[in-house]
Amino acid sequence: MPKLRINGISVEVEPGTTVLEAIRFLGLPIPTLCHDDGLRDIGACRLCVVEVSMAANGRTRLLSACTLPAQDGMDVRTNSNTVQRARKLLLELYVATCPQSKTIQDLASEYGVRRVRYDTHNEHCIQCGLCVRICEQQMMAGAIGFSGRGHDRRVSRPFDITSEKCRQCGACLYVCPVCELRCQASTATTALCSGCLNFAPVCFQSYDDAMCFLEPCHACELTGPIRSEIPIKKLKKTLSS
Amino acid sequence: MPRLNSIPELEKLRAECVAGSDAQRPCLTVCAGSGCSAAGAEDLLTALRKAVEKAGMKDQIDVKSTGCHGFCERGPVMLVWPEGTFYNRVTASSAAEVVASVCNGHKPVEKLLYKDPVSGKKCLTEEEVPFYARQTRVLFANNGRIDPKQITDYLRVGGYASVAKVLGGMTPEGVVETVTKSGLRGRGGAGFPTGVKWSLCRANGKPNGHGEIERYIICNADEGDPGAFMDRSLLEGNPHSVIEGMIIGAFALGAKQGFVYVRAEYPLAVKHLHVALQQAEELGLLGDNILGTGLNFRIRLVQGAGAFVCGEETALIASIEGRVGEPHPRPPYPVEKGLFGKPTVINNVKTWASVGHIVNRGHEWYSAIGTEKSKGTMVFSLVGKINNTGLVEVPMGITLHEMIYDIGGGIPNGRSLKAVQIGGPSGGCIPADLIDLPIDYEQLTKAGSMMGSGGMVVMDDSTCMVDVARYFMEFLEEESCGQCFPCRQGTQEMKAILTRICEGRGKEEDLDTLQDLGWLMKETSLCGLGQTAANPVLTTLRYFRSEYLAHIRDEVCPAKVCKKLIVYEINPTVCDGCGACVKVCAGTAILGEKDRAHKIDQAKCTKCGACMEVCKPKAVLVS
Repeated sequence: MPKLRINGISVEVEPGTTVLEAIRFLGLPIPTLCHDDGLRDIGACRLCVVEVSMAANGRTRLLSACTLPAQDGMDVRTNSNTVQRARKLLLELYVATCPQSKTIQDLASEYGVRRVRYDTHNEHCIQCGLCVRICEQQMMAGAIGFSGRGHDRRVSRPFDITSEKCRQCGACLYVCPVCELRCQASTATTALCSGCLNFAPVCFQSYDDAMCFLEPCHACELTGPIRSEIPIKKLKKTLSS
Repeated sequence: MPRLNSIPELEKLRAECVAGSDAQRPCLTVCAGSGCSAAGAEDLLTALRKAVEKAGMKDQIDVKSTGCHGFCERGPVMLVWPEGTFYNRVTASSAAEVVASVCNGHKPVEKLLYKDPVSGKKCLTEEEVPFYARQTRVLFANNGRIDPKQITDYLRVGGYASVAKVLGGMTPEGVVETVTKSGLRGRGGAGFPTGVKWSLCRANGKPNGHGEIERYIICNADEGDPGAFMDRSLLEGNPHSVIEGMIIGAFALGAKQGFVYVRAEYPLAVKHLHVALQQAEELGLLGDNILGTGLNFRIRLVQGAGAFVCGEETALIASIEGRVGEPHPRPPYPVEKGLFGKPTVINNVKTWASVGHIVNRGHEWYSAIGTEKSKGTMVFSLVGKINNTGLVEVPMGITLHEMIYDIGGGIPNGRSLKAVQIGGPSGGCIPADLIDLPIDYEQLTKAGSMMGSGGMVVMDDSTCMVDVARYFMEFLEEESCGQCFPCRQGTQEMKAILTRICEGRGKEEDLDTLQDLGWLMKETSLCGLGQTAANPVLTTLRYFRSEYLAHIRDEVCPAKVCKKLIVYEINPTVCDGCGACVKVCAGTAILGEKDRAHKIDQAKCTKCGACMEVCKPKAVLVS
């Protein structure tokens, strides 16, 4: 059984276990966007990169934990300076790509992304491939897939016609980390989030201020003043219309 | 041709091939590689054949089309044997003269000889031409001699001798050891020691139901770098040398099936390889029970559809398997779990071709060439702003200075060297200050570049380095498979920032952003493409930062390339009103009457620079 060290903690895992599974087994936090326990990993989002050094050569490299099989003698660091820098830069790019995803906003603020240096694209997809994989591996349909290359790459249906294999089960929507929890209100390019406006209507109970109770939103804490400037009545009106 | 059933039969056939060709018989070998073909080699061949027939010498003079000779700049090139007289820029109209000279006692045709621009001396043979004299030709040694479509030609020059040697008494372990000791490193660019790769592959694999371990070998001929054509020329000119190497690899690794993954955009290479495979199969050098030794090995030709990323080994495997050509994370490496889940060795065309030579002449011979850590010869395609464009095979450790000035003949039009881009789009730009840098894997990596597959683009002082970085980023942005986020989005953002800088809209903080992005892509991308994609930007930032700053701070392009930052004007005191510029201006932006000074309408000017090129009195200025 491979024996490895994660942040200094020795851990022995079953052969075939990935480093990500080992890290989660220890209860250490690690962000992912393209991982799902029931699906085969492809290492697309790169957020789970960890610093790995092998005892054999002593060279450290950043590798995606989800696709890395745990090996004997590995020394893994999940939150070193290099890892943090990589995640922060990655998340800055993610925010530029999909500025309206609550999932990404939360992660970004958690890793200290305070500004985005790129033009925002307002894309609706980060191509994590979860939808494609769940359709193929769990729903046994394979009704959607990737087409194109590079900047033209996108999730699509064969020949852009809904496949007969699609049962419209909605699993693809369910796993999507971006289109789920889509923030509709954020327009400012500087602020990551202008409040949890999209959690309508249950978000606003009898709090004095609008306060999202779903998840502790790091972005909200950051941009609190901006949010409190918006009167709640106006918010509710926007949401109901 | 009858099938060969034993090694002595191969040697007998070789002896027949040697005896059948009279070494003193005149032979005209014309380069019919892609470069010379484009320059008119096909017409020349036809004309030569006609001329020989007309002279009634059809039975005395042979006319042969061969693979690339390397000196593409002077194409079409040809050699006249047995003397080896070298003619360059031969047109179909000179064919009769060449044939006449051969008939009249081999007196060379003066006007077709190469004239050394430095000494002004006329060169009679290839050895006298400085371009060839400084090279060490191993892989390309036979390109000018053999017809790639004739296996007998290859046998005549000693082809498949290493296969006979290996099958005649070497053990697979012995072969791997020889390759390891030779110090051969992967010629695809990364420079992984080939022998180590082979032994890793040998250590992997589980026996199947028949007790056999399935392994595969692949030849990576998916050459996609802009300005690189070494692999193409080798496959076009000497496909059997690659097949020979692969047979040895199959023996050493116990592979029964090999694949050659070649770009469909290389029709001539595909054709020649196809012919070569067929001939090797007919002779029993491929197939079941090769040369009666019990070795079974076949090679299948797979044509790639031209995706740059398919040169990455895991993407290449996916493509052969029939899946989308996208890389997958390593480990597991292909030597553990490759094609169809079996241990697989992927080597570049030049690596495979080197194997035969190493086995034949011994690892001591090979490791004597080159530097301490980089052994053997490397093939570069020398292109760009250089006098002698072409294919160059040199020992590792040669300096850039020798490459550019001694072999390449320097920079044309009296301009000066600015940078050399080595290793294709994933490589980096090395500045002129580092001209004494020895070319080997370690030194290039240290300078921020990489060996890559061997593309070498020379740039003179009229090149804008920001524009170069933008060009390569544009290429990579299109060729990124898009699977992993940092490469897909990083190349897009980098291209956007570089375009902005080229248009004079850059900010100084953009440079830090570029550095950050470059670091991110290098560290977190999934495959080699993304990990090296930032190299052109990072090296130009490192060596030509002032040029970036000029674009940003002063909104000036020092090399006067970036269109948004330059203005074409006509100096009215110099302009003689000849009207030449008016004729070439596609945008009808030049106004003025004949014999009067002209003027450029800036609103219409597309800044193509055509007027500047045609202006004889040099009245068109760019600022």
